[in-house]
Order: sequence, then structure tokens, then C-alpha cells
Amino acid sequence: MTEQKPNSFRNQPDERGHFGQFGGRYVAETLMPLILDLEREYTAAKKDPAFKAEFDDLLAHYVGRPSPMYFAPRLTEELGGAQVWFKRDELNHTGAHKINNCVGQILLAIRMGKTRIIAETGAGQHGVATATVCARFGLPCTIFMGATDVARQAPNVFRMKLLGAEVVPVTSGAATLKDAMNEALRHWVANVHDTFYIIGTAAGPHPYPELVRDFQSVIGKEAREQLLERTGRLPDLLVAAIGGGSNAIGLFHPFLDDADVKMLGVEAAGHGLDKQHAASLAGGFPGILHGNKTYLLQDEDGQIAEAHSISAGLDYPGIGPEHAWLKETGRVEYTSITDMEALEGFKLLCRTEGIIPALEPSHAIAAVAKVAPTMPKDAIICANLCGRGDKDIFTVAEALGVEM
Amino acid sequence: MTRFQTAFAANRPALVCFITAGDGDTAANLDALVEGGADVIELGMPFTDPMADGPAIQAANLRSLGAGTKTADVLRMATDFRERHPTIPLVLMGYANPMVRRGPEWFADAAASAGVDGVICVDLAPEEDIDLGPALRAKGISPIRLATPTTDAARLPTVLDGSSGFLYYVSVAGITGKQEAALESIEENVARIRQSTDLPIVVGFGVRRPDQAEAIARVADGVVVGSAFVDLIGEHGNHAPQFLKELTTSLANAVHGARK
Repeated sequence: MTEQKPNSFRNQPDERGHFGQFGGRYVAETLMPLILDLEREYTAAKKDPAFKAEFDDLLAHYVGRPSPMYFAPRLTEELGGAQVWFKRDELNHTGAHKINNCVGQILLAIRMGKTRIIAETGAGQHGVATATVCARFGLPCTIFMGATDVARQAPNVFRMKLLGAEVVPVTSGAATLKDAMNEALRHWVANVHDTFYIIGTAAGPHPYPELVRDFQSVIGKEAREQLLERTGRLPDLLVAAIGGGSNAIGLFHPFLDDADVKMLGVEAAGHGLDKQHAASLAGGFPGILHGNKTYLLQDEDGQIAEAHSISAGLDYPGIGPEHAWLKETGRVEYTSITDMEALEGFKLLCRTEGIIPALEPSHAIAAVAKVAPTMPKDAIICANLCGRGDKDIFTVAEALGVEM
Repeated sequence: MTRFQTAFAANRPALVCFITAGDGDTAANLDALVEGGADVIELGMPFTDPMADGPAIQAANLRSLGAGTKTADVLRMATDFRERHPTIPLVLMGYANPMVRRGPEWFADAAASAGVDGVICVDLAPEEDIDLGPALRAKGISPIRLATPTTDAARLPTVLDGSSGFLYYVSVAGITGKQEAALESIEENVARIRQSTDLPIVVGFGVRRPDQAEAIARVADGVVVGSAFVDLIGEHGNHAPQFLKELTTSLANAVHGARK
């Protein structure tokens, strides 16, 4: 662990779960006692060497960490500017960074004596990762998924079922991720005594944003060590895609106090910021939803808007509260990338490096393609390749007008 | 005496009726509830993401928003209600985001001008009271809190601190309109809470029928019915008032006569 300085960007949240004005615990009273229990249990787990040892062991031998740090020579050459490096979290078991968090949370669930697991999922990546750890530990698992997403993500629905999970299609609202999260919260309220809710991103009521960040920070800790070892110095710029923001906060957090390391979070601009999109920081306002105060896409009455992104994993009208705070403090810069730009990023990485990325990190790749040419050749960019693209080939084919 | 004190006077349990604003003809629906014998009105503010509500009230929220209901409309409905019914306590119930969107002071001021007596904010834990509570109290509006089967003795003082008007005991760990709580557990919990507060204790979630309401009214100071009314509005639309009045009458008779 890096030593914490008094003016550290790394000592949030405060004891009430706030990152500046963001975060907090905005849940129905039925859930409050459980949220407080979870906080106590997580505080204890953090100090318990046995918990850390089990987490590290599973990450090493089940997930396959550390993930490689890869220098992308042909992409770098094509962009003609800064060196581009990728943190290869798409090589994890289950194909994305989501598993890091699920391993940590299921260990907490077991520690708390909970015997059932629930989770929400959009594209199905978090659902698959949750179903995976539930199978590994033999706990029954119920995944809430919008009926619209169930229809368009059939392969992941089948994966979850193979892993033994029950998949509940949610028909309320627009039947996507936001509604799946509402339904998971409703189910949790009615089953608090035996059920643990594995939230998939660094959002929700405290302590979720903190604990998800901590579990995902393995990405940034490894990246920091690997880059120091391979390049002899810290990178100039970190880039990561943001839906809820768990892969980005996982990469950024261990570097927050390295003043010379700039960071760029990439939101999904969907059809464009003046049309339907999922860029909560660029197009939203602070508000309260799903347990935390953060930037939300909403109208003047506080009604939540439907988000849109070609990437189902970024298709959410909110963002983790720590990102809202990092934006306001100016420590991290945020930008956005449209569906079309992301598709170009997707194709670019396939063509130059022989890596098929998920549509989520394709947003980060597109941002790298914009910024790398403006930087000197000795500069170093590290982008998080947080998921592999197998799940997205049907979506991409459709967007490119290819019949399969 | 505040309107709440009048409504919860003496040894007469109160009937608290909930409907969602903007779902059907709200003014006519509210009048039907009052004519049927409602003692307190809870007017739901529609929200896109009603996380603590079951299918009935979720559907009501969607119908209301689908009909174009805005916050300004809800406040106008409250103002009109207050003009027609000067003595019936009126509570706005809903979720935090629509309430704080223009700032807590704006909301408290608008609610006070509309003649609102209390506000129930479902997802504003007492720990986050500062987002709304001080603004409401400054305008003389009661922040009404929820206690649940999971609110244990250690936590109860946190819930009670800063709450006024009445205390809403949620009889089931769950969402609105679904399961029915065992009477024994309600009796036990109400008795437990009563040791810690002088506030009237009303019981809600899952109460639909006069016989349930009567049994609860024997041990609590009031009974909340919501989903049953909302279902009638969903079924009968603009013809709902006569059905609402019938159900309210039978519920009011049951509740008011429970301790005789």
C-alpha cells in the first residue's frame, strides 16, 4: 500500500460514505440495518489477513492474475504519438474485470453468513461473473436482467443458466439495466435476512462504491508495478471507459496521488450528446438514485432519463459517486465517445493488434486514438482493456450491416 | 393543534389513504376518499424508479408520468385539495430525487404554500436527513419517517430523531402491496416502538381489506391503505371515485369501530 498523505485523493469516502457531496446511503429503511452490517463486516474484513489471503489466492489461481501489461507497437505506430500500453483485464476468467469484484463480494457474503446471492446485470457480464463465483462456492444465485437485455444478450443468458443461476427477466420500465437494479433492490428488501446483493459497479449505497473500488484496485496496483518495472517510470496518462465506473476507478485509484499521472475517463456519448446517450457527467446533474448521490441523466423534475449506448455495459443513466467527486475536484478529466467512434476503435484494435475488444473498452481505445497523436513519442498512455469482444460480435455485425 | 393532532385525537384510530398524484382524476379521487371517511391523505409523487413499490404502485407511477404529470401539477393538486378540505392532513410521499431536484428549500417552500403537512421520503435515510429535513422543519412541515421490522432497538432512536407528525411502521420487510404481515408481529413491534415515542404510530404495507385494517387498528393509531385504491384506479380509470368511496367507507367503518 502507498502511504496516505494528509491531502490525499485516496482517503475518500468519509466515515458516512461521502465523496465530497456525493455518495451516501439513500435506501429504504428496511435495508439500512443491513447496509450498516455490511459496512461493519467490510471494515473487519479489510483488517483480516485471512480475508486478503483468500482474495489474493482466488485472483491468482482462479481469475488468472496478474493480467499482462501489453505494449501495442502497431497501434502506437499507426497513431504516431505516445506509446500505447494496455492493461489486459480482458484475459481474466469470464473475460472482463467484473470477476475481481465478484470474488471479493462473495467472500464477504460468506463471511456474513448469507446463503443466497442476487445481482443485476445489463449486458450480462456482471451476471456471468456473479453466476461463476456462485457456482464456485455453491451458493444459489438469482440474476435480475431487463427483458429487453435478455432478448438481445441471449448467449450470456445461456452462460448464466449453464452456471446454475436463475435469470429473472424484468419487464418494468424500459426493461434494461436501471430497471433490473430496481427489481434487485425490491427483491433484496423482501429477503434481507439471508440474501447478499453483489452490486456490479462502484455505485449504490455506501459501502458498495468503496468496496467495489477496493476490489477492483488490483488493476491499478498491478499496472503501477508493471509499468514501473517495464518502463522505469509512471505513465503520463491513464484511460478507461466508464459506465458505472468500476474498471476506471480500479485503474485510477492507486495513481490518484501521483500528481504527474493524468487520467481520462471515457463516457458513452451514444448517438451524440445532443441525442440519446449515457454520459451522466457530460449531460447530467447531481441527484439521488439507487442508493447514492451522483450525476444522473434526468429532466427538470428529477425523473430519470433512459440512457443509450451501443455498449450494453455503459448503458446506465448514472455513474459511481467517486467519479462525480473526481470530476468536481478536477483530478480526473472526463470525455465522451459516440457509438460510431467506439466502433472505429473496435475495428482499429482488431486490425492493428489482433485483439477483439469489448465495446466498453472500445470507447477507451477511441479516446486513445484521439489523444495519442497529440502527445510526444516518449509519452506513455495506459488504457484499460477491461473486457473481450466475443459477446459483442453480433451487435457489431448488426451495426456494420453484416449478416451472420 | 396541528391537523395531525386533530386527526389522531383521543382513542380513535385513523384511516390513512394513499393514491398516486396524476393517476386518473386526482381531485375527484381525493374527494371520494374524504367522503368515504379518510382521516389522512398521502399523495404519491410519481417517479420513474419507484424502488420500494410493488407492481400496483409501480403501474400507477407509470400511468401518471405517461399522462404527463409534472412536479408543478402535483403541487397544484395539493393546493386545490387544501382549499376544498381545510382540516384533513395532507402528506406528500415519494422518492428523494424529484423532491431535491430544485433544492430542498424550493421544495419545502412550495409544499408549505400548497398546504402540505408532512413529507415521506422513502429513500432518504435519517443519516442523510440534511438533504431535506432541515428545510422541511423550517417551513413547519413534518418529516415522517418509516420504521420497519429490521429497525432494531439500537437503531430506533436514529429513526425517531427529527421525525414528527406520525411514525409509519412498515409491517413487512418488503415492497408495497405484496405480502400480509402476521398480526402478532405488528402488535409486538408497535408496542416496542410505543415505548420510545409519543408520536402516533400508523401501520402500512400489504393492508387491503377491512378485516385486516380493523385488526391492526386495535393496536395501532392508524392504518395505511394504498395499493388497493391504486388498483381500483387502474381498473376503473375516470370511473374510479365511486369505487374508491365504497372501499374507503368500509375501511373507515372497520378502523373507526375497531376499539369499540
